[in-house]
Amino acid sequence: MIYVKRTEIRWHGRGGQGVVTASIVLAEAAVYQGKYAQAYPEFGAERRGAPVRAYTRVSDEHIKTRAPILTPDVVVVMDPSLDKSIYLEGLKIGGILIINTKKSLDEVRKYIGRDDLKIARVDATKIALEVLKAPFVNMAMIGALVRVVPVIDLHYVEEVIKETFRPKVAELNIEAVRRAYQEVETL
Amino acid sequence: MSDLWIRIPLTSNYAAAYAAKDVDVDVVAAYPITPQTPVVERIAEFIANGELDAEMIHVESEHSALSACIGASATGARVFTATSAQGLELMHEMLFIASGLRLPIVMAIAARALSAPINIWCDYSDLMATRDSSWITVIASSAQEVYDSIIQMYRVAEDPEVLLPAMVAYDGFIMSHTYEPVYVAKDRAPILEYVPKNFKNRYRLDPDNPITMGAIADPNWYYEFKYQQVVAMRKAYEVVKKADEEFGKRFGRSYGFVETYKVEDVDIALLTYGGLYGTVQEAVDILREKGVKVGAIKLRVFRPFPYNELFNAIKNLKHLVVLDRAITFGGVIEGPVALEIATLLKFKSLDTNLYNYIVGIGQRTVTESDIIGIVDHVSKLIEKNVVPMESIYWGVRE
Repeated sequence: MIYVKRTEIRWHGRGGQGVVTASIVLAEAAVYQGKYAQAYPEFGAERRGAPVRAYTRVSDEHIKTRAPILTPDVVVVMDPSLDKSIYLEGLKIGGILIINTKKSLDEVRKYIGRDDLKIARVDATKIALEVLKAPFVNMAMIGALVRVVPVIDLHYVEEVIKETFRPKVAELNIEAVRRAYQEVETL
Repeated sequence: MSDLWIRIPLTSNYAAAYAAKDVDVDVVAAYPITPQTPVVERIAEFIANGELDAEMIHVESEHSALSACIGASATGARVFTATSAQGLELMHEMLFIASGLRLPIVMAIAARALSAPINIWCDYSDLMATRDSSWITVIASSAQEVYDSIIQMYRVAEDPEVLLPAMVAYDGFIMSHTYEPVYVAKDRAPILEYVPKNFKNRYRLDPDNPITMGAIADPNWYYEFKYQQVVAMRKAYEVVKKADEEFGKRFGRSYGFVETYKVEDVDIALLTYGGLYGTVQEAVDILREKGVKVGAIKLRVFRPFPYNELFNAIKNLKHLVVLDRAITFGGVIEGPVALEIATLLKFKSLDTNLYNYIVGIGQRTVTESDIIGIVDHVSKLIEKNVVPMESIYWGVRE
């Protein structure tokens, strides 16, 4: 089989939430870990508040394709107010959905209405407000992701965050990542 | 070998900027246009950080950007620029000045569809419209290849036997904005050993030894100037090859003019260029799992056109499918690369059947399924013994 070792991730949120940054940070962590990765944004008109998507491929082998990810293995939802039809589109049978929400796992499962999915929830907004004092959930969602989909070591995510942000902001984001890593719940 | 390199995540735009830094360019003049802009932003950061000692000339248009590059290159400086789409079109007039003055400028192109209507996304209309400008033209398929090719092109362009400008193109957005692992030099010294700076190997503007550049050439002389460009481009064929081989010897990476993938046992192969090649390779893998034997071919150098290498790559094929990502309106066939290959087939007396599909115009999505669909489509044509005498517009709504 050709694709066994590849994970395709689609990120959903709204403009200004750091969706594209999350897709890049994860790919960077993968590259520093010695893996292969691609990260790319949705190439549409980006504007604050509008639904935004970004994509990350992670693989143990060189990735040749440059076709868009149409049937992701994993979907990460940063903004639960997005219509579910947007983020469930193309999500593989048996795929993984990681959602930022205040709702319980049971409520999410009923709302999503797909029994084939592995669903994970984390209240990343609460974590972000407590740790960062601002609703920037993107790094926390990476923490949740690498817990549920262990393709990348937390260590490399933290290294990239240290490189990406100013020291104080990096420190807080790493705390948010660790908390989401701990607090994410799965069925 | 690994002592030389560090593996970092970069987009193709940033890979282009790193290459310009690592060959230690002296002058950069560029005007921002989507999707090229991050190339120049990153170079500006390098200059601001002190990682690159270069003059960044801020200009009011791409016409001025290339004009500034021409002036700087004429003094013997190593210069770099980058653009896309209408920006390249606005440079069009100056492309011919750069090559006619024999200035070894290197330019990155994040390939983008041409307006109108406005489309900021990828295709190769902008690049293909420069065909006759006498620029050496490379099309890269990965960010690594962008980085390596730009370095190689300084060696080619500045070779005293060549002295022609060179462009290195890559998919706008699809590559220009995709992060992927790239090996970049830890230190530029080994790169500069490969492309030493030697501004004295050519005529240049020097106040102590004044010359005129770009004087009028009347009908008694103009023809000879143009023929010299013909000769230079022919010589570039050999120099491009040697530069790539030498790069491979020193650094362990080389690309050739043409790359082939699983073509040894096939009657049918698909030829394309740029980032689409990777998608075609994966489609080939999928088809082979299903028992359909096809191969893939990548055209890396468009000018000088690698007729020998392509001949060797296709001579045993019964059927060649050319996937073009630009349109030459009103041509015998309308894919610009297919048109070149039709000429090659004729002059090399090959009876390979040529099928030209137009794909990805204005970044219309191309997936492995599209490639598989094209192979299915062409297989049916082969069954019926039909070779269409026109380009096939894959997926278009008529």
